[in-house]
Amino acid sequence: MAKKYDAGVKEYRETYWMPEYTPSENDILACFKVTPQPGVPREEVAAAVAAESSTGTWTTVWTDLLTDLDHYKGRAYAIEDVPGDDTCFYAFIAYPIDLFEEGSVVNVLTSLVGNVFGFKALRALRLEDIRFPLAYVMTCNGPPQGIQVERDIMNKYGRPMLGCTIKPKLGLSAKNYGRACYEGLRGGLDFTKDDENVNSQPFMRWKHRFDFVMEAILKAEAETGERKGHYLNVTAPTADEMMRRAEYAKEIGAPIIMHDFLTGGFSANTQLAQWCQRNGMLLHIHRAMHAVLDRNPHHGIHFRVLTKCLRLSGGDHLHSGTVVGKLEGDRDATLGWIDIMRDSFVPEDRSRGIFFDQDWGSMPGVIPVASGGIHVWHMPALVSIFGDDSVLQFGGGTLGHPWGNAAGAAANRVAVEACVEARNSGRELEKEGKDILTNAAKHSPELAAAMETWKEIKFEFDTVDKLDVSHK
Amino acid sequence: MSDMQDYNSSLADTASRKFETFSYLPAMSPEQIRTQIEYIVSKGWNPSIEHTEPQNASGSYWYMWKLPMFGETNVDAILAECEACKKAHPGNHVRLLGLDNFAQCAGASMVIFRGQAV
Repeated sequence: MAKKYDAGVKEYRETYWMPEYTPSENDILACFKVTPQPGVPREEVAAAVAAESSTGTWTTVWTDLLTDLDHYKGRAYAIEDVPGDDTCFYAFIAYPIDLFEEGSVVNVLTSLVGNVFGFKALRALRLEDIRFPLAYVMTCNGPPQGIQVERDIMNKYGRPMLGCTIKPKLGLSAKNYGRACYEGLRGGLDFTKDDENVNSQPFMRWKHRFDFVMEAILKAEAETGERKGHYLNVTAPTADEMMRRAEYAKEIGAPIIMHDFLTGGFSANTQLAQWCQRNGMLLHIHRAMHAVLDRNPHHGIHFRVLTKCLRLSGGDHLHSGTVVGKLEGDRDATLGWIDIMRDSFVPEDRSRGIFFDQDWGSMPGVIPVASGGIHVWHMPALVSIFGDDSVLQFGGGTLGHPWGNAAGAAANRVAVEACVEARNSGRELEKEGKDILTNAAKHSPELAAAMETWKEIKFEFDTVDKLDVSHK
Repeated sequence: MSDMQDYNSSLADTASRKFETFSYLPAMSPEQIRTQIEYIVSKGWNPSIEHTEPQNASGSYWYMWKLPMFGETNVDAILAECEACKKAHPGNHVRLLGLDNFAQCAGASMVIFRGQAV
């Protein structure tokens, strides 16, 4: 029977709290960590989050009755305690797939982390996880090439790939910059990388950088007989300009380009990823700005959500944290989002902070990039944590070698190969790392010098954003 | 500066040419080769042998030695094929691969016998 229009303010839970609802396999599911204002009942807050992130507004409007709101509304279907924290709770919300434009993480995020995050009844709100149904995954383009195709393009098998971010981050001329790339590549790296804030500044315009770096790649390839690349950062003030830089990178034969998906934005990222797929280019993704969104345990967007959104939007590499270096990252949580990047099916696993099963179908995987404050002594742990499908990226840990970065690169290459060889032989890398490296250094004076240089450096600070299970 | 070492690599010196995984380590000993074969077998991958003239090592396609050894798990049998390939092509690089048919990608690839760089 048709409903009658009844103006006024209704409690959200009358419409949006549906504990009896069983989510459909086609729903987009979200888990929010909700910190309510004091005195507001949990069900009411959860329902408010469902309403404000889907169809609702603060008062009843007559136009509600022109549609089938019961079909389109988000439904808060469960509430759970957060282990070890009474100030907040988890709210689980199901959204019908029809609420979202196909192939648009932009649209999904605009709803799920839109106005609702400023809602007054909330003290804080964090999007912990999203389950994208396979029906939605299939509408997205995803990574341009994927892990196996990248291995075939770059001819790298059975080991992690090695990279180096060129330092200083800013201020080098294009020719000096190309020199730093050349030295790293001839020493045995697979990739060098533009730092995220290298775009096209007065000290080094992008075109000069691309030209000199390409010369460095070609010479290092001829010298070593191996395939090399450099992540040419095409992040730009406008999407048009970004595409211009990408087209030029392709024209000069570069195998891989780079984009900052958060500062550049998801629209630009998706456009670039689709172009890369059409043009056979690899796409490295940096994550500047992520810690603004994901580091506060009570407010923002968890990195595993950003990871899922990037895999849908498209990228072949994504920075994942290192667990062991200078930047924040809990080990179990990091292992969780590494699975989210690479695997085709990721089961719910609360011990890794994963709230939902996630089926990626045939969508290719993303290679995690470990970068930030790592050096040869970390190599055994990195190979053990990340496995072969990863890029291990040493900036200071290459360029800071006392004999320069060709030697620094060779040290890292010897170290990674020694660790892989030892792992394949059944040795336990994290226990026997010192022995493995010391043995390898007998044949590599570059490695011996690197081990001597960095033996004392450690980054032993506690993680700020721990998994909720570890707050207990 | 006296204790600083030069990085010795050049276009002119063919000894500078590398050939991907494990080419920065010393040549593999017979025991190491055996251990890596055991690893490939333990992963369920199909062992495969390829070889090439060292100057053509950077291409995607090397010469296959017979066909990949689908389903072969006998380490001695695999080792014997490696030796047979080396004997037939003594100047060539000989590499051992572990083909992962689920990923459709080599899970392992390594030169087990090094040819003469030219």
